[in-house]
Amino acid sequence: MAKSKVIPHHDVPLDQIIKPENIIFKKTKLFTDNVLSYCPGCGHGVAHRLILEVIEEMGIADKVIGIAPVGCSVLAYEFMDLDMQEAAHGRAPALATGIKRTNPDKFVFSYQGDGDLAAIGTAETIHAANRGENITVIFINNGIYGMTGGQMAPTTLEGMKTSTTPYGRDPRQMGHPIKITELVAQLPGTCYVTRQAVHTAALVRKAKKAIRRAFEYQKANKGLSFVEIVSNCNSGWKMTPVQAIKWLEENMLPYYPLGDLKDVGLD
Amino acid sequence: MGEILLMKGNEALAEAIIRAGVDGYFGYPITPQSEVMEYLAAAKPEERTGMVLLQAESELAAINMLYGAGATGKKAITSSSSPGISLMQEGISYIAGAEIPVVVVNVVRGGPGLGTIQPAQSDYFQATKGGGHGDYHLLVLAPNSVQEMSDFVPLAFDLAFKYRNPVMILSDGLIGQMMEKVELFEPIPRWTDEYIREHHGNWATIGKTPDRERNIITSLDLVPERMEKHNMHLKEKYEQMEREEVRFEEIQTEDAEYLFVAYGSSSRIAMKAIKLARAEGIKVGLLRPITLYPFPKKRLRELADQVKGMLSVELSLGQMVEDVKLSVECRIPVEHYGRVGGMIPTPEEVVEALKTKIINR
Repeated sequence: MAKSKVIPHHDVPLDQIIKPENIIFKKTKLFTDNVLSYCPGCGHGVAHRLILEVIEEMGIADKVIGIAPVGCSVLAYEFMDLDMQEAAHGRAPALATGIKRTNPDKFVFSYQGDGDLAAIGTAETIHAANRGENITVIFINNGIYGMTGGQMAPTTLEGMKTSTTPYGRDPRQMGHPIKITELVAQLPGTCYVTRQAVHTAALVRKAKKAIRRAFEYQKANKGLSFVEIVSNCNSGWKMTPVQAIKWLEENMLPYYPLGDLKDVGLD
Repeated sequence: MGEILLMKGNEALAEAIIRAGVDGYFGYPITPQSEVMEYLAAAKPEERTGMVLLQAESELAAINMLYGAGATGKKAITSSSSPGISLMQEGISYIAGAEIPVVVVNVVRGGPGLGTIQPAQSDYFQATKGGGHGDYHLLVLAPNSVQEMSDFVPLAFDLAFKYRNPVMILSDGLIGQMMEKVELFEPIPRWTDEYIREHHGNWATIGKTPDRERNIITSLDLVPERMEKHNMHLKEKYEQMEREEVRFEEIQTEDAEYLFVAYGSSSRIAMKAIKLARAEGIKVGLLRPITLYPFPKKRLRELADQVKGMLSVELSLGQMVEDVKLSVECRIPVEHYGRVGGMIPTPEEVVEALKTKIINR
């Protein structure tokens, strides 16, 4: 029998460590076994996991219909073991409206990036929120179009370099980064609007609570719940994951401050 | 016998939508079909059947609401007119690709652009050749009466669910606005969730239960081998439609030496033109395609062996005439006659066109 691998500086063979009773962290059941298509260091995987954990903990998987966008998370339905629909770019809130209006007993969420939600889909976002559609919108804001190769997004910061703003975003030409979450929070149709992040363990725990609260609002039929997650795109930003997180904290968070923008109360 | 009423085409369509057991109507106002949503709003469908009625922020949103609802196995419908239908093309392409059964009604007005609010048949190419991007077809039904504006609604849903394909009812401003008597069909109950689970649970997104794989509604496949397979599957559906769903009506073709080919409102004008021509001793008949896709190619090919020439009468600069020509394979002369911009030809004009373009050519 071949000798078992040993962790450097430890005498215990690996196969004596990797045992069911020693597992303290594992894949969420609602994650499929497909390999995630996201770059190492990207926040999408964590955001997916939080949504799936919340759905699992609420025991509503058989009542959930999810919507994937166009962008890096276009294949979200490959990773979530849920009934899902793939939307055209920006149209997820319209799909969600059609689903929820004809299936009011179901839980409906859309998962959208900044280009999808705040550029091409602005009208669908604003009007679904204004009608108070009883759905949950998860909005990943990394300030860039990741999937198509790092072009300017509506949320790209002033001066930030992208492949279509190689000298930095100039607001005189390209306008200012849009704070769509603040816009959405103004609408009476929304019940819970919050901005979260997932780049530290503490923030991940907070973000999960926020997603849970958003789904609880949907359960209570209170209107549209909206969770922005400020995330990094180390590939698009041309940084290492560690650099990207530092840049996010120093540049994204001052412009997109974390916290609840609106919480009308669940009772 | 069902209830008989005097109604506008658009009103008959709206009443039929409620009676057909539809789950959701999503639309945006546009002339000349705004009566559809107005009728529905006044009729309180939420009380009559529980049907959802929603005025969307745009045609873009409306068609995507159909996508969402249709993908859960619910019956979803929208109606619009030409410029609005152009806006919906993105969604229609995705719906065709993702194989979602929905019904789209186009009460055609003249174009291009804003064009006119008057009737036209200038969206034939858009309706029958795809309209949006990619290789796909809608199944297209062309009503020529207020009665058919009603009857084609349940038929459209039957076909949409049979093929999991979007079906278009291609009407026009004349059929939508004119009043005729209509015999209403008995209401069809809306499907229960249990019925949908049983009949459409193998594809519809209704919530994944542990006993089955997840259902995914998408038009995307990044693997060329798989995407080609999907395209070929769609092709097989279209070929099945061409075998099984061709519908047409023939009027006085038995002894015909000449043939009008006309659909929708033009076919009504052609019917009158037949009477005028026959009074002069000209033996002319009519083939009225009821399905514009699939097109009655085979029957036209047969009639090409019988008649000396065909005149395609359309409210366009000549669109369906191309399909007529393809069908008869250059065996006999085929010409087009049409008025556009909201102008409607008189039956006399049509007879004159038959004489100058076909008989005395």
